[in-house]
Amino acid sequence: MSDVTPLDTTHAEFAFTDANRAEADRIIRKYPEGRQASAVMPLLDLAQRQNDGWLSQPAIEYVAHFLSMPAIRVQEVATFYTMYNLKPVGRHHVQVCTSLSCALRGAQAVMDTCKRVLDIGVGQTTDDDLFTLSEVECLCACVNAPMVQIDDDFYEDLSAETMETILNELRDGKTPAPGSRIGRRSSEPAGGLTTLRVSPSPAVKTKKGEGR
Amino acid sequence: MLRDQDRIFTNIYGIQDPGLSGAESRGDWDGTDALVARGREWIVDEVRKSQLRGRGGAGFSTGMKWSFMPKETVAGRPHYLVVNGDEGEPGTCKDREIMRHEPHKLIEGCLLAGVAMGAHTAYVYIRGEFRRVAEALQRAIDEAYAAGKLGPNAAGTGWDFDIHVHLGAGAYICGEETALIESLEGKKGQPRLKPPFPANVGLYGCPTTVNNVETIAVVPTILRRGGDWFANLGRARNTGTKLFNISGHVNQPCTVEEEMGISLRDLIEKHAGGVTGGWNNLLAVIPGGSSVPLLPKSICDSVHMDFDSLQAAKSGLGTAGVMVMDKSTDVVQAIARLAKFYKHESCGQCTPCREGTGWMSRVMDRLVDGRARLEEIDLLEQVTRQVEGHTICALGDAAAWPIQGLIRHFRPEIERRIREHQTAEAQKAA
Repeated sequence: MSDVTPLDTTHAEFAFTDANRAEADRIIRKYPEGRQASAVMPLLDLAQRQNDGWLSQPAIEYVAHFLSMPAIRVQEVATFYTMYNLKPVGRHHVQVCTSLSCALRGAQAVMDTCKRVLDIGVGQTTDDDLFTLSEVECLCACVNAPMVQIDDDFYEDLSAETMETILNELRDGKTPAPGSRIGRRSSEPAGGLTTLRVSPSPAVKTKKGEGR
Repeated sequence: MLRDQDRIFTNIYGIQDPGLSGAESRGDWDGTDALVARGREWIVDEVRKSQLRGRGGAGFSTGMKWSFMPKETVAGRPHYLVVNGDEGEPGTCKDREIMRHEPHKLIEGCLLAGVAMGAHTAYVYIRGEFRRVAEALQRAIDEAYAAGKLGPNAAGTGWDFDIHVHLGAGAYICGEETALIESLEGKKGQPRLKPPFPANVGLYGCPTTVNNVETIAVVPTILRRGGDWFANLGRARNTGTKLFNISGHVNQPCTVEEEMGISLRDLIEKHAGGVTGGWNNLLAVIPGGSSVPLLPKSICDSVHMDFDSLQAAKSGLGTAGVMVMDKSTDVVQAIARLAKFYKHESCGQCTPCREGTGWMSRVMDRLVDGRARLEEIDLLEQVTRQVEGHTICALGDAAAWPIQGLIRHFRPEIERRIREHQTAEAQKAA
């Protein structure tokens, strides 16, 4: 569950842009008539993205109104799930996994590097509002540990050095390519394939003469 | 070792095109209409014959679960298939690879499972952090719609079928099927009491089956090759192939599909490059994601990776997320880290779990450097027993089991730390 965070008191007004209103309507149509409450999570996410990465109190109330839900129900959802930020965050949200698989392969060094390079602690934002640093639970890229999530992307197979490079690139306004930092395509063994070394043999066909 | 021709996931690393044409060249979507034409009962029977057990961790018989769905659809009570892609179990990263590299196996599986349970709609619930994965799956779904594989008369089967992707927002508990349903309805993800079971009262109060991504994705291949083919791999009640994730202290961490029942040692040495420093440097393995008790090397030497073998070893196959710890590991610290995870992820609904996970985590933190009395080991063990089985969902059990495993296999290590700390304190006082 989210940490208890004081409610936002800035009261900046919030309304979806035209494009986001259309997107919200598209999302609502995924669910049956009268079940628009199902769209509360994607709509909160949409609002958060429009609102520089965090949910202000007016944004939460706007989503409630948009979905004809009691504001308290939306408030409950916004405070239950950890991905909703209830206070402002930096432009890049650096989320370091310190769960067991990452911890066994050097997550601490990655975390220490983030603290040193950004000169902030966990839960803090840099003075230039460029970075917020968080410690998160398992992000399920365990065979590519240690890893961090920055905004929507996973950076994997990290070391202190590659972590520092990524942060410096972001600080310079560059977009580092997501994925492995030791040249892996995805989750295959680094030393070379142990299976599927050749293209799959001819595909298994549905047995002929069965119902067609 | 499993032969390549018996692998289901032939593009698990994404080396080839994950799109529709690539998928078709690997055999996906071949004669889907002919499979459906054999009828709903045939699909359920074939899955039952395969002895497929759910790949999300609990290992319940998939064919039996499907057979719980009402045979007839009542007006105003549509049936739903909900696919659990809320992968969150520490040590597990298999559904991610299926959704981004083999999305058409999942999509075709949804259609076939939908027919089998009388559902025209599927929701795939994906953890919010997997946004890129959800985008990859959505691309494949869009492609499937464009090619007529989804929508009205999907893939020429005569069955109308829609799939929607729904993203979570960071709550491990939503991987529990009834919490997932609550979340999908737009509420806090807090598990429901069972009964009623989702097959009767599920999403929007309608008959619903929740299946793991891997479970659904293997169904098309089972139907094509036959339930007997799947059942002939592995051994009775522990059949087929399984995706394993091998992480931690191995030379080459990886995801690999292997035959159920492969020995743990073969799995680690043949695919993951062996334990760092060699097999004799092994301390312990958590064989099935963070929720199952660890196994010391003496058991790892000979244990086989399937549901019943691991249960007999007082652990479990769980999600098959294999976390390897070599002798450099602070094993008490490792389990304390998991205790912190469960404390963080408890939804707070049931008192034994809400209070127990915090209490257990605080005691584990003290045990790391021995700041405890020897009696507290037994007290901790007793408290785990009071959490286990006393909560609505299995998160309480999952929080208790790793600690029970630690005490069972590493009690002397915990005692050593307590004694050392006591000696140090006594010297300080003197």
